Amino acid sequence: MDLHFTSAFPSTPERVAVDRLLGGPPSGWTGGARAAADYHVALGGHHHAVGVRHRLLPALQAVQSAIGWVSPGALNYVAERLSVPPADVYAVASFYALLATEQQSLRMAHVCEDVSCRTRGSLRLLESLAGRDDVVPSPCLGQCDRSPAVLVQRAGEYDASLWNATAEDVAEVLEGATPIDPEPGHYGVPQSELGSDRLRLLRRVGTIDPYSLDEYRATGGYAALTKALTMGPEELIEEVKRAGIRGRGGAAFPVGAKWEAVVGQGPDRMLVCNADEAEPGTFKDRGVMEGDPFSLVEAMTIAGYAIGAGRGFLYIRGEYPRAARHVASALRTATESGLLGDNVLGSGFSFDIEIRMGGGAYICGEETALFNSIEGFRGEPRQKPPYPAEAGLFGLPTAINNVETLINLPLIVLEGGAAYASRGTAASTGIKLFCLSGDVARPGVYEVDFGTTLRQLIDLAGGPLEEIAAILLGGVSGSFVGPDLLDLPLTFEDTHAVGVSLGTAVVMPFGVSTDFDDLALRIAAFFRDESCGQCVPCRVGTVRQEEALHRLIGGVPLNGASSDLGLLAEIDEAMRMGSICGLGHTAGNAIRSAIALGLIGGRP
Amino acid sequence: MKKVHLTVDGAAISVPGGASILQACRAAGKPQPTLCYLETLTPVNTCRVCLVQVTGSRTLVPSCSRIVEEGMEVATDSEPVRHTRKVVFEFLASSVDLSLVDAETREWMDFYDVDPTRYGPAAPAAPAGARDARQAGHHQVPQPGWAETVAQPAKIQDELFVRDYGKCILCYKCVEACGPDAQNTFAIQVAGRGFDARISTEFDVDLTSSACVYCGNCIGVCPTGALIFRSEYELRNAGLWDEEAQTVTRTVCSYCGVGCNLELWVQDNRIVKVTSPMDHAVTAGHLCIKGRFGYQYVQELGGPATTPIDMVLAAGREGGFVEP
Ligand SMILES: Cc1cc2nc3c(=O)[nH]c(=O)nc-3n(C[C@H](O)[C@H](O)[C@H](O)COP(=O)(O)O)c2cc1C
Ligand code: SF4
Ligand code: SF4
Ligand code: SF4
Ligand code: FES
Ligand code: FES
Repeated sequence: MDLHFTSAFPSTPERVAVDRLLGGPPSGWTGGARAAADYHVALGGHHHAVGVRHRLLPALQAVQSAIGWVSPGALNYVAERLSVPPADVYAVASFYALLATEQQSLRMAHVCEDVSCRTRGSLRLLESLAGRDDVVPSPCLGQCDRSPAVLVQRAGEYDASLWNATAEDVAEVLEGATPIDPEPGHYGVPQSELGSDRLRLLRRVGTIDPYSLDEYRATGGYAALTKALTMGPEELIEEVKRAGIRGRGGAAFPVGAKWEAVVGQGPDRMLVCNADEAEPGTFKDRGVMEGDPFSLVEAMTIAGYAIGAGRGFLYIRGEYPRAARHVASALRTATESGLLGDNVLGSGFSFDIEIRMGGGAYICGEETALFNSIEGFRGEPRQKPPYPAEAGLFGLPTAINNVETLINLPLIVLEGGAAYASRGTAASTGIKLFCLSGDVARPGVYEVDFGTTLRQLIDLAGGPLEEIAAILLGGVSGSFVGPDLLDLPLTFEDTHAVGVSLGTAVVMPFGVSTDFDDLALRIAAFFRDESCGQCVPCRVGTVRQEEALHRLIGGVPLNGASSDLGLLAEIDEAMRMGSICGLGHTAGNAIRSAIALGLIGGRP
Repeated sequence: MKKVHLTVDGAAISVPGGASILQACRAAGKPQPTLCYLETLTPVNTCRVCLVQVTGSRTLVPSCSRIVEEGMEVATDSEPVRHTRKVVFEFLASSVDLSLVDAETREWMDFYDVDPTRYGPAAPAAPAGARDARQAGHHQVPQPGWAETVAQPAKIQDELFVRDYGKCILCYKCVEACGPDAQNTFAIQVAGRGFDARISTEFDVDLTSSACVYCGNCIGVCPTGALIFRSEYELRNAGLWDEEAQTVTRTVCSYCGVGCNLELWVQDNRIVKVTSPMDHAVTAGHLCIKGRFGYQYVQELGGPATTPIDMVLAAGREGGFVEP
């Protein structure tokens, strides 16, 4: 492509960072030195450009992690290497919170200010770090079980996650001369620490070495893949249908039906595992990837085999550096051991998995936004139809599933769909991971059968820290429910019946001393910050919602004809009916429920 | 193409397969409001003013991009449609300067009883460059009592056209026209995220330093006057823009052999802007810099160091034609 560049040139470290990812430039046409031959042949062209566009986000991430921001020179170099117009590269770079398009400190601390952490000390933490230009507030970091959580982006070093962080911890990582250990021990879950031997999805988390294939195999790992390969894809899908399992990513779509739709399409199919996990309050997928990464690799391989995909992508949110390292290591080990790659276990089935990291954008968990993100475009959701099963990643028929959904597969294969379905209820079969945080004694990921009640679950987590005023169920795109629903069985159908949703299985109880006004304002701010901005109802609606909420809570209503309460309801309705994607559809849920429960607004 | 049968507000209609709901509505004699849709561009379905209700769909459906299906039942005037369209128009009108949208859009806004003041008084405009500098994920705390807007100073960087993004509804049309749907220059894109999203060159460099080739095709598709001829901008600012007094002359561009049709908008014997007919087989509304902006030679008026626009302004002020 005939591109136009500004006069900003890349520095050597910037070039090196990009070349390390992409290899050296093959010719003067894509950023290399001009050789005589380049004047006679035009290399590259449209097909080349289309074929490499998907490397855009990784290239920008390479620059960001090398020099701490995406400079104009580096941006030009990435554009030239990948034949992407600089304005397009900027459009993508400026979309992601973990990519900076202005120079900043080489180490940046992102301190979680979201719903769980802000009630557990992160606001005080931010206060004591106030004035530092290397500290920024962050949306949920997926570590709500160890609030306050912090992610430190460090140019030239591993990004580091801190938990139960103090101001001293943060300052030390920001200023310390020695890089902190990227692998501080311990990733257990409360149930295994309490000695439960009934865990199935979580049984290895915290009890085996996540880097060890031997330990994984010694605990039953890869038995399911071996069996699956003898069953054949059709039988496998039958078994999954028999299991009745529904997606755990939030939409609860039946897995078997989704896979059948994909298999009904053309032969070139794609598997995507959604590990973006950015719904505030959600951290179950992280626990699994950190503690039992091989189980996800095995599960993805089984899924790939079932739907006849040759390739799988695993999209992990950028705030999960450790989960990404563990899964990357598992991928390497599995490939070296013939469990992945060409001719898996001598079956003739070949399958590769590629990891992609998110860039700090909640919206990229929405499946079609995720595809765009991988493809090197802005993470803007696509209008459906077409659905991913018809036209997904790179336009191919795609099955996209959540991490937790997939790791159920080994169980289903080994014990059979019918046995799996014997747990839980008829419409919500099997077992479920829940994320408990907020005012509970032992926050963490808990594994229970569907149908466990809210009260039982909270008791399992050590009980509430104080009398419960409300529980945030399903994440900030879910709803607050009152203590009157403590005996609600946690199933898709029971939650649906009372007009709420399991969402991403967030269970966040808040005690009577909670400042719900503050929580509601935070939730409104979250949606405003995370809206992709594509469609009007959500782009403007999330702003108008936040403004109206501020007026309502601040006690300064508009003089206009309609009260702010009425206005909020109208905004909510327009976002729900008119938005392109689920972010806009659900952006008013939590606030609507908080108002209905009398938690905010309208109080003397 | 096989016909598809559907109903629009209860009335049966059949249209060729592959048609959009919008086309079906138009065929049924029921025009719908549109802002981000244009026949010559790929639908992006972002503005959401064309939403309709389709039986069986949980949320409303953009009529501009959704393809008709056999047996579809479409409602264009149900309660959810009315409410959502009204609020969407209000969201736009309360955050963007819509003073230059076309008469049809204005009629639709009246039809839906649009009242942007319900969201509070408009916040003061952002200083130049402030919106362009915003980083994704960094929260903009609402200014107490105000309704946030995209108001900001216009970007005036050359003699040819002005980018007045306080009027931008982010319809993506200019991006498409500059990109794969027409010009393939890719000088501008949507940058940033959420309410801070904006049309931008890389790092917001001036258009003169960007890839822009000044074809003006983005101006041609902009529905809100955010992209506007410098001449029109100046005349409007001076209160001299007078459509009543303008003539539009259709002619053929004399620069090359392609045969693009031009529409020359003339006021006070000066060309004040140039467009191209959307329905013209050669141009589909698009031109190049020569056809769009290279018109001075037909009206060289000779005055030293004055542009024709200056002279039009002078003419207007003095109430008559100025001899060069
Ligand atoms: C705004 C938004 C964010 C989402 N984030 C996630 C996520 O982080 N992880 C996930 O698995 N699904 C997420 N989803 C749901 C996905 O779009 C999709 O339904 C899911 O990945 C399908 O997998 P499943 O069928 O296994 O649940 C999100 C949806 C929306 C609308
Ligand atoms: S609903 Fe929000 S996040 Fe989804 S496409 Fe629209 S603007 Fe983007
Ligand atoms: S004038 Fe042409 S090249 Fe320049 S931004 Fe507009 S469409 Fe793109
Ligand atoms: S500048 Fe005009 S054409 Fe471009 S997005 Fe804004 S309103 Fe649409
Ligand atoms: S990590 Fe802070 S709220 Fe989730
Ligand atoms: S015209 Fe259909 S969404 Fe804009």
